[in-house]
Amino acid sequence: MKKNLNIKIHEITRVEGHGNIVIDVKNGKIKELKLEIIESPRFFEAMLRGRRYDEAQHIMSRICGICAVSHTSASLKAIESAMDIKISKQAELLRKLAFYGETLQSHILHLFFLVLPDLAGVGSIVPLLASHPELARTGLELKRLANDICAVVGGRHIQPISLFPGGVVHTPKPKELKRLREALAGSFEGLDRMLAFLNDHPVQEFNLKREYISLKDRGEYGLYNGDPVSSNGYAFKPESYTKKIKEYVVEHSAAKHARTKGTFMVGALARLNNSFRQLSPRAKAAAKKAKLTVPSYNPFLNNIAQLVECYHSTEKAISVIDKLLLMGPKPEPVKKPKAWGRGFGVVEAPRGTLYHEYKINKNGLIEKAVCIIPTAQNLRSIEDDLRSFVPELLGRPKAEIARAVEALVRAYDPCISCSTHIMDVKFA
Amino acid sequence: MEKKELPRLAFFSFTCCEGCQLVVLSCEDELPDILSLVKIVNFREAMDQKSDVYDIAFVEGSITKAEEVRKLKKIRKNARVVVALGACSSTGGLNCLKNRWPMEEVKKEVYGKDALRSELFATLPTRAIDEIIQVDYYLHGCPISKKEFLNLTTSLLLGKRPDTTNHPVCVDCKMAGNTCVFEKDMTCVGPITRAGCDAICVTYGAICWGCRGLVDNPNTDAHAETLKRHGLTADAVMRKFSLYGTCKTRKC
Ligand code: SF4
Ligand code: SF4
Ligand code: SF4
Ligand SMILES: [Fe+2]
Repeated sequence: MKKNLNIKIHEITRVEGHGNIVIDVKNGKIKELKLEIIESPRFFEAMLRGRRYDEAQHIMSRICGICAVSHTSASLKAIESAMDIKISKQAELLRKLAFYGETLQSHILHLFFLVLPDLAGVGSIVPLLASHPELARTGLELKRLANDICAVVGGRHIQPISLFPGGVVHTPKPKELKRLREALAGSFEGLDRMLAFLNDHPVQEFNLKREYISLKDRGEYGLYNGDPVSSNGYAFKPESYTKKIKEYVVEHSAAKHARTKGTFMVGALARLNNSFRQLSPRAKAAAKKAKLTVPSYNPFLNNIAQLVECYHSTEKAISVIDKLLLMGPKPEPVKKPKAWGRGFGVVEAPRGTLYHEYKINKNGLIEKAVCIIPTAQNLRSIEDDLRSFVPELLGRPKAEIARAVEALVRAYDPCISCSTHIMDVKFA
Repeated sequence: MEKKELPRLAFFSFTCCEGCQLVVLSCEDELPDILSLVKIVNFREAMDQKSDVYDIAFVEGSITKAEEVRKLKKIRKNARVVVALGACSSTGGLNCLKNRWPMEEVKKEVYGKDALRSELFATLPTRAIDEIIQVDYYLHGCPISKKEFLNLTTSLLLGKRPDTTNHPVCVDCKMAGNTCVFEKDMTCVGPITRAGCDAICVTYGAICWGCRGLVDNPNTDAHAETLKRHGLTADAVMRKFSLYGTCKTRKC
C-alpha cells in the first residue's frame, strides 16, 4: 500500500464550471485534501441591486445555463411572494411543465454526456457515437425532447423567455402539447436502455452516513413546490433557512461552503431518500430494477437517483400536459403586484434545494438579494466523502485513484458556475 | 501517406453561465455531421482532452480576472480565428451590471470581512473580450442563436466570409407578425438592438431586452418608423439600454 500520494487534477473535465482537486497524502495520512473552486465569481447581488422587479428573473436565470428554469422559478416565486401576486392555475401548470423539462435536460446531460463516458472508459460522448451508437443516439434524442419541452413553454431551450412575474406570457398550442405528450410517452424505452447499462456497471461500494435535505410537498414528490425537510427529522419554512443553513467562506473556494449542525447533502439522492414514497409508479419500478433502496448513503448512487427522477419527471410532464389539454390553454394577462417587501422562493433545482430571497421597495426596485445554490451546499459533503474515500483507494495505481476521485466528484453533478454566482447579504 | 488534417476547433469559457456552450451542445442533429468535418480539441464541459493546437477558438464569457486576461491573450496567440461566443464575451453582457458599483464594495457585499482572504475572490470590472484582444467574428445574444452558430461555423469551414447582421430587431419583429409592445404600454429596446434572433422574446410574449447589443450606429441605423410612431428618439431608447452591454455604451 502506498504511503505517499500527490494528486492535482487541474480543471476537472465534464463538470459544469471550473474546479481543481488537490490531494496530498504523507505516510498514509491525508495532509491536504480540497476541491478548489476557481470559477470567477459573478456578484449577482451587485448586478441585481437597484433593478426593476420584472428584470430580476431575467438577470437571475443567467446565473446558470443548465438550471436557468430553476433560477427563474425561484426568482419568480420570490418576487411574487414579496409582491403578493397569485398566479393562475394554468400559469402554474405551464411553469411546472418547463420545470420537468429542465430536470430532464439536466439529468440527461449529466448521465449521457458526462457520466456515460466514465463508465465506457472514454473521454467524451464523441467516441461513444462509434463504440455505443445506440446508447449515444438515445442520449441525443432524449436530450432533444427535453430541450423541446423547455422551448415549447419557455420559447427557447436555454434561458426561458415566457416565464414572467404574474404568470406565463406565452401560451403553447394544443398541437404542440400533443406532440410533446406523444414523444414523452415513447421515451421510456430510451430510459430503460440507460437503466440496463447502469445496471451492468455496478457502482463503487462506498457509504458515508450523513444528513439529507430536500423539499417535501404535500400532494406530490417535492420538486417545484414544498418546504425543506431533513432526514434528521426536522422541517423548516423557507423564511427561516438562514437559521438552519449556515454559509461560510473557505479560502480555497470561490463558492462558499454550507453546513447545518454538520455536513448535509442535497440533490436527487437526498430527494429520493426523503420522498421515495411519492415517486411515480415507473420511477419506483426503475429504482427497484436498479436495486436502489432508501435510505442510501452511497453518493455514487446519485446517478441512478437522477435516472429514477427522469422516469418520474416524464410521467409527471405527461400528466401536466393532460391537465392543460383538458383546460384548453388560452392567453391570460399577467397578474399585477399588490404590495412590496421581502419574498422567498424555493425550488428543487436538478442539483438540490435552491433558495432566493429578495427585498423589493415600493418603487418596485430590488434593494437586496440573497441566493443559496445547491452545489455550494454540497461542497462540504464532497470533501467529507473524499476524505474517507481516498484512504480506501491507496492500494491502487495513481491514475486509477485520480479517475475514481473524479468520478466521485462528478457523481454529485456539481454545477460550479452556478455555485460561484453566490450572493449572501444579510438583511439588517 | 498524409491524411488531410481536419480544422481544429476549441471552446473556452470565462465568466458566464455557460449557456452559450449549451446551445452548441444542443445541436443534436447537426453534431454528428459537424464532427465529421472538424476536430474538437477543447471543450472542458463535455470532454477530457485538452490541447493548445487549434485553428478556431470560440470564446464564451466576460473577462473579470487577471488570470483570464492572461489566458485570453494566449488563446489569441494560438488561434487563427477568434470568435466571441455570446453576449458576455461580445459586449460584456449582463455581467456589466456589476460595474455600476466600485469593485471593493461588490466584493465586500458577497464575501464580507473575508473579501481579502483569498486571491480566488478577486474581481476586475467586467470587460468584453475585444477590449483585450482583437476578435475576428461575433456571435451575439444571451444566449447565441443556434442558427447563427451553425451558419458561421459552416462559412468558416468553407472559407467564406460569414454574414453579419446590422438591422434593428424591429425589422425581425415585424416579419414575425408581432404586435409592438409599445402598444401594450410596455417598453422595448428593439429599435436600436442588432437583430438576427427573429425577435424571439417579443414573439414569446416578453420585450426585447437588448441582449444582442446595439446596431452599429444607433442614431442612423435605428428603426425610424417605430421610433416615430411612438414619439421616441434613438437617444431616449438608448438611455433605457442599461441591462446589456453597458460596458461598451457608457464609461463605467
Ligand atoms: S451570453 Fe448569456 S447565455 Fe451566453 S454565457 Fe453569457 S449569460 Fe450565459
Ligand atoms: S419596439 Fe420592440 S415590440 Fe415594437 S416592433 Fe420593435 S422590437 Fe417589436
Ligand atoms: S429579442 Fe432582444 S433580447 Fe430577445 S434575443 Fe433578440 S435581441 Fe435578445
Ligand atoms: Fe447550475
